[in-house]
Order: sequence, then C-alpha cells, then structure tokens
Amino acid sequence: MTPKEKQENPGKEGKREVVIPGEIISEDENDLPGEWTVKSGKNIVATRLGVVEKIDRLVKVIPLSGVYIPRRGNIVIGEVKDITMNGWLVDIGAPYTAFLPLRECHGFIEESEMENVYGIGDLIVAKIIDVRRTSIDLTMKQKEKGLGKIREGLIVKVNPHRVPRIIGKEGSMIRLIKEASKCVIIVGQNGLIWIRGENLENQLFARKAIEFVIENTIAEGLTEKVEEWLKENKLKLKEEVKEN
Amino acid sequence: MTYKERFDKRDFKEMRPIDAKIGVVPNADGSAMFSFGDTIALASVYGPKTLTPKHMQNPEKGILRVHYTMLSFSVGERAKPGASRRSQEISKVTEWALSPVVRLDELPGTVIDIHIVIPQANAGTRCAGINAAAMALAHAGIPMTEMISAVSVGKIDDKICVDLIKEEEDYEEGEGATDMPVAYLSNSGKLTLLQLDGRISTEKFEEALEAGKDACKKIFELQKKVLKEYK
Amino acid sequence: MAGYKVTRKNIMEAISKGKRLNGRGLFEQRPIEIKFGISNKAEGSVSVKFGKTEVVCGIKMDVSEPYPDHEDEGTMITSMELLPLASPEFEYGMPSIEAVEIARIVDRGIRESGFIDFKKLCIKEGEKVWSIFIDLATINDDGNLIDASALAAVLALLIARKPVYDKKKERVSYGEFTDEKLPLNIEKMPLTITFFKIGEKVFIDPTREEENATEGRLTVELSKPESEKSELINAMQKGGESPFSIKEIENIVEEATKMFKKLKVLVDGEIEKFEKEKTEKSEGKKSKRKEKVEE
Repeated sequence: MTPKEKQENPGKEGKREVVIPGEIISEDENDLPGEWTVKSGKNIVATRLGVVEKIDRLVKVIPLSGVYIPRRGNIVIGEVKDITMNGWLVDIGAPYTAFLPLRECHGFIEESEMENVYGIGDLIVAKIIDVRRTSIDLTMKQKEKGLGKIREGLIVKVNPHRVPRIIGKEGSMIRLIKEASKCVIIVGQNGLIWIRGENLENQLFARKAIEFVIENTIAEGLTEKVEEWLKENKLKLKEEVKEN
Repeated sequence: MTYKERFDKRDFKEMRPIDAKIGVVPNADGSAMFSFGDTIALASVYGPKTLTPKHMQNPEKGILRVHYTMLSFSVGERAKPGASRRSQEISKVTEWALSPVVRLDELPGTVIDIHIVIPQANAGTRCAGINAAAMALAHAGIPMTEMISAVSVGKIDDKICVDLIKEEEDYEEGEGATDMPVAYLSNSGKLTLLQLDGRISTEKFEEALEAGKDACKKIFELQKKVLKEYK
Repeated sequence: MAGYKVTRKNIMEAISKGKRLNGRGLFEQRPIEIKFGISNKAEGSVSVKFGKTEVVCGIKMDVSEPYPDHEDEGTMITSMELLPLASPEFEYGMPSIEAVEIARIVDRGIRESGFIDFKKLCIKEGEKVWSIFIDLATINDDGNLIDASALAAVLALLIARKPVYDKKKERVSYGEFTDEKLPLNIEKMPLTITFFKIGEKVFIDPTREEENATEGRLTVELSKPESEKSELINAMQKGGESPFSIKEIENIVEEATKMFKKLKVLVDGEIEKFEKEKTEKSEGKKSKRKEKVEE
C-alpha cells in the first residue's frame, strides 16, 4: 500500500503481523530494500517496529511507533521555538526542527513585526514544501484553508501513525466526527489535531470522539462503532450545551 | 569442587524466570521493563531530537546518551542518589553495547536519550538494563539493524553458571567467583558487551561464551514476543 | 510539548466553567493504583499511580548517632528524585528546587504530625538510634507529584519492617528483615491534598498539562488523632505566584477535610488488603512446611 492507499484503507495494517528490528522480511535476492529496511546478504531486514508492505519488488516497513517522519506536502501543526532574521524555527515533533522562511508567508513582514505575527510558543498550521537530510521547510503560501496561527480551539496530540485511521477512508471518519460535533477539525500529519467549535462542549465532544477512535484503532467495523458512539453521546452533548 | 548446587537450586546453565513489558513510561517515546528473577530494570527513550547546543551536535551521525542509575532502595545497603563511578562505567559500556546497531548515520545532528533505572537489584542489573533499553529503542521506532540481548555468565568455583545472583558474585570458596556480563546481537551473533572480573581458563572462558549465547537466544525470543504484541 | 498557550487558554476557560478537559469534576481524583513491595531490598516500598503519574517510595533504615539536641530520638531524611526517565523536562544534576520542595513538604507533614514515634527508635541514648530514609522517585510525571509522593511515603512507612540489627557487630544485617513494624502512631497518620488555582477557581489532582496552566497552589497536610474532635492541620505550603484570600483558604481547608476522610478510607482498605495477603502467604508457607514434615 502506498501512503495514499494507506490513507484510503486505514486499519488494514492492524491485521498484519508486526515485525521487529533485525527481522528478515524477504529472502528473495531480487527484491529491493525500501523505507526502514536494509539489504543483508541476499535478505532484506526490517529496521523498525512496524508492518511489512510489498509492492512489486519493493519491500518496505510502515512504522507503528516513533517520532513523526516528515514528508513533502504534509500539513503539520507546530510550535514556534525561535525567531531568526529570516524566519521562524518550528517544532513539529520530527527529529529535526522545521523552518518557516519569511518569504513563504503572505505579504510583507518587517523584521520587527515577526514576533507579533508568530511569537514564541504560538502554534501554527503550515505545509511542508521541502525535506532534506537534516532540514524541513514549511510554507503558508498554499491554497489549503486553515494555514496560519492557532488562536483558539482545542489541541489533541496523538501518535502520528494513527493519523490515517482518524482521517479514515477518503476522509470518511473525520467527516463523521466533524458533522456530529459541528466543529472544524484540522488534522496535522505529525499527530497534532486542531478542533474549533462554537463552544467548549462541542470541542470536548470532538476530542472524546477522536480518543474513542484511537482506543479502538485495530477493531473490526470501527466506522460502525464510531457512528454508534457518536449517536449515543450526542444526546448527552445537547443536554450539556443547554445547561450552559 | 565446592559449589555443588546453586544457592537457589537452579541448573548451572539455567536463567532465573525472565519477564518483559513495553510502554511502562507513558511520557517517553519508547519504554520497557525487563527482569531476571528479582532484578528489575526500567528503560525509557526520548528522541531522536535535535541536539542543542548546536556545537555539541555530530554532523555525521546521531548521538546515543545513556544514563544508568540505581534507586537508593534497590540494594540492601542504601545507595546514595546520584551518579557513582560504577554507574558512569555501566552507562558507557551500555552505550557501546547498543550503538553498533542503531542507524545513527541516518540521524545526523540528533540525540537519542536512554534512561535506565534499577528499582530492585540482585545482580545482572546492567544486563537487564541493556535488554530493557533494546526494547525501549525498538518501541520508540529508532531504526536498528538487529536486536541486542544480554546476560551475566560466570564461573563459580569450577562451574560455569548463567545469570548470577548476588550471593554467587560474592562467592569466595574454592576457585572463587568470575563474573562475565555479555551481550549478543540477534542476527550476526556478535558480542557488543564483554566484561570479565575474576580468574578463568581459556577453555572455561569459551564454555562461558557459548552458555551466554544460548541464554541470549532465549532472551531474544521474549523480547521479540513482547514487541510483536504492540498495538 | 505540553502546555501550549492555546491549551492553557482552553484549560483556563474550562476550569472557569467548573469543568475539566476530560470531563472530570474539579474535586474528582484520578483513579489511584497502589502496588506494595516494588523492591524486596527496601524495608518497605510502594508504587503509587494517580492516573498516569507514577511515583515510587522506598524506606531504608540504618543505625547511626543521634543529633546532639535530640539524643534519645531516631532521625528521618526525605529525598525526592525527579528522574529524567519520567519526563523530557527533568534533567540530571543537583536536585532542582522542584525536587527539593516536594521532599521538604512530604517531610514536614510526617514530622509534624507525630506519626513516627522517634523516641522508640532510640537504641542507646546519645549513641545509637535508627535513621529512617524516605526515598522518593518519579517513574512518569503527569502532574500532582506532591500528593502522589506524600501518599507513597505514608504507605511505605505503614508496611515497613525493621531490618535485623546485629548487636555484636553493631551494625545492620542488610537483607534480613524482622516482623517488627516501625513505631508509628497510626491515628496520627498525615494525609496530603494540594489545591490548585486558576483565576477564582480551585481544583485538585491536575494532569501535567493542567498543572502547567495553574497560577498557584495550596498544600494542606491533615491528620485526625482520636483525641481530637476535628482534623488537625500539620503542615501547609502555598506555592506559585497567585495570592489567596482568607475566604479561599478557609474554603480549601473545609474541602480538604472532606478529601481527607476519603483518602483515609482508601489507605485503611489498602493496608488491610496488604496485611491479609501477607498472612495468607505465610500461612501457605506454613502449611507447605507442615506437609513436608508429615511426609
């Protein structure tokens, strides 16, 4: 499964066997070592805890745990750590600190204004435009909605490897939760999720729904389970909102 | 021929019951517990993350920082909290035991912190620590080419023993005690930890190495089983 | 990455409405999990979990000289290690002020309550007394370390057994335990509850995220000796920058007495369970020995 296919068929990997570092995952010398594998003689060996994926001759491992591995095109949510002359250093939970250059922001920003636009400690939603060996570049100049500073709303932090499950097949799972909670939800591929709603109760409801998905991530028929959970708890939510 | 039967009645080449768990420290990127009988080790891993200050970074490859510590109440006579010369040495040999298989060249400029804590000790603590740390690294998704398993072997009087307890380490009759912690890699079978303390013939030494290798195979099976249960 | 500005805002908004982000009540304690005997080398040891926070405590004892102004009393030293194992925020090196404060708060509550009968720890006046070391360490930090530590210390003391003292060699035989408990005045047992403040609202047992958003705290250590009509305050500590009004403090003390009663029930239950299991274990051993003899 390509990452795209994984996004569209989440949860399938839960049924496959977990492999550990050092485990031989192919003995065919014609196979090619993909991500998180190494060639060892004529064998291919996994280097991370995960599940194996084979497409044609390419054998790779999809990790189940560990820090976020950045990819070009990912939408991420990060925390501003520092401001330099020409941009912002942002922590996106990856092995390396990401960088948002001044030139990747809309409009003209004076050096003295940088702190006000994005200050240290602020959370921002951005897109990764480039990943090199030890650096990650971000941009705000994309057509996606929601890029920019997070001023209010709720933040949930999850294992980045669970993100495909939360988004669901063609976005179906997250759509269910958005509709039921009446919230705007932006899911960062690095495991941070931003929930924005009319009131605190709706936001907390959306967060609980996401936590429910995480707890039942390898379950069969998760979509049905989530639909049921949402129906049950929506009534409670209505009462709570009335009270306040 | 003074040591005819082990203090706890085990076979000479038999380990104490071993146990392992992952995820014991929720805050960590990876964590694990490993025990040999009543010797327990906890390990937690944070990283990989960018190392600051920048001048401490290695631009060629990532750095493993290992810190081993025993809790004051893990031993009979209270151990003062804080680093000791012994714990510093153990931290270093542990780092050397783990680093050959970690793909640090894929992570230049970063640091991976490994914390090992011993809440209860009855010899074999550095080996339990290495076993826990290896699992914690895998749990944390740190890329590794092989797994590492460690056990303490030794010669008590004239008997090669596996997984020594404190009483055995302190044995003074007959030929006394020779203590030899070892760590083996799961695929290549190479040694990444080897220390020796005592007196042993080259023949018996080889017997000890073989005994250690067999025990480590069993330890690896447990580590594998627990990691594969990850959800 | 805990405690983003936005999360802090959310927590503050929720608390001001009398809510918590995960639906807990302001005075609702997380589930408490207690496990005794986590180190068989300690005179007494315990692991206490408040939700995901885990603190361990071990009691070690030694024989030493008494302090010159208390020649007939045993001594007690409390220490707290914020292990880097438990959180990316903890560092190696000298104990931080956070660690020192926790140790001192826990120490005060136990010392001032009269829980330990220090005179009974005297072996030979002016020469030999028992020293008690209360050693605390964090395994995972998810907030409220003070209360978890204080509870762990009291539980460890309650189940501790004195080690064997070799009178001839004049030193402790480590690893050998007697069946003798520590000289404790059980009814003077101190229990600790810390109240945290955001704005006008007060709550207990925060997660680390919540604790980072707080502006002040007030720790109250209480005991209820039989001779007293109501609870006694043995120690208090105001922490953080936020000031407290007299009314706020009085309300907190009242709430503390309610929490104290609940905690006492929990502690009594856990100790009872522990003693029961211990007796069953030793009886199991006795009957096995009996069977062997009969064979």
